[in-house]
Amino acid sequence: MALRGADVKVGEVREQVLVEDLTRTQIVQYAGASGDYNPLHTDGVYAHDAAGYPGVFAHGMLAMGMTARAVTDLVGDGRLTRYGVRFKSQIWPGDRLTARVVIAGLRDDDGVALVDLDVVTVNERGEEVIAGYATARVD
Amino acid sequence: MGQFTFPVEAGQIMLFARSVGDPNPVYHDARRASESEAAGIIAPPTFVQSSAQYDPDYPLRPHAGEPWFGSGREPTGVTEPVSGGGRLHAEQHFEYFRQVRPGDVLEVTTIPGDTWEKTGRRGGRLVFEEQVTEYRDAAGELVVRARGVSVRPEKPVEQGAN
Repeated sequence: MALRGADVKVGEVREQVLVEDLTRTQIVQYAGASGDYNPLHTDGVYAHDAAGYPGVFAHGMLAMGMTARAVTDLVGDGRLTRYGVRFKSQIWPGDRLTARVVIAGLRDDDGVALVDLDVVTVNERGEEVIAGYATARVD
Repeated sequence: MGQFTFPVEAGQIMLFARSVGDPNPVYHDARRASESEAAGIIAPPTFVQSSAQYDPDYPLRPHAGEPWFGSGREPTGVTEPVSGGGRLHAEQHFEYFRQVRPGDVLEVTTIPGDTWEKTGRRGGRLVFEEQVTEYRDAAGELVVRARGVSVRPEKPVEQGAN
C-alpha cells in the first residue's frame, strides 16, 4: 500500500529490525545474488590471514539493500525517486541491524507530492552503519 | 570505462530480494505483483547492483583459468593487489526514473567521476573515487542513475567505510 502524505507527520520515526543475527551465509547469499564475490566478504581465511581483518564482514550494499526494505515497507512499492547512503562503519556477522526512518519533510514538486526521509541503520551497539536519505512519491 | 548489456530476469530479481531478506511478493510472486499497485514484478531499489553479473571484466568475481585473490592452498592466490580488491565502498546513491522490470534489457554505462583526497584518522592519505553508472532501456530512456564513491584505506579499518 502506498503511503498517504496525510497519514504521516514530519519528525515521525519508524523503526524496523532488519536482521536479528546477521549470518555469514546471508553475506555469501548476497555475494552470489549481487555478483560481488570479494573474498573480504566471502572467505574468512583471506579476510583474516591475507587482509588483516578479524574475519569476513558484510558488503555495505547488503546493508543498503536490507535497509531499502524498511523504506519500501513504509512508502509502498515502486514509489522511490532517490535513495542514497554513506557507509559509516563495518557490518559484522552476528550484528543485529535496525533501520530508523524519519519523516524529514513533505513537499510538492510540480504537482507531485513527495516525502523526504532520513534513513539510518544502527547495530546493536547503537553505532550507525549506514546513514542517508530517500525520497518517494506519496498519495 | 565499461559498457555492457544487462538483461533483467525474474529469477535474478527473486534471488536478489531473498539475499537482502525482503519477502515482499512484488519481487517474486507474479500473480500478487500484478494485483498490486506495481502491476507486475518490479526489482528492489538496489537491484541494479547485480548488473555486475553481466560485466565481462568485473574484477570481484573469479574468472576461469585466472588467478583469484581469495584463498585456496594459500590465504591469497595472487602476489599483486587486485584492481578493486582493496577498495571499500564509501557512498552509494540511486536516482529512479522508472521501475526496473523483468524483460528489461538495460544498457549499462559507467564513467569515472571526481577524485579527491582526504587525510585519514591515522594521518595517511585517503583517495576517494567516484563512478557514475547509467542504466538505459532499449529505447535509450534513462531508468536508473547510480553514483558510487569508493576509497582505498590506509590499512584494515575497524571503523569506517565498507
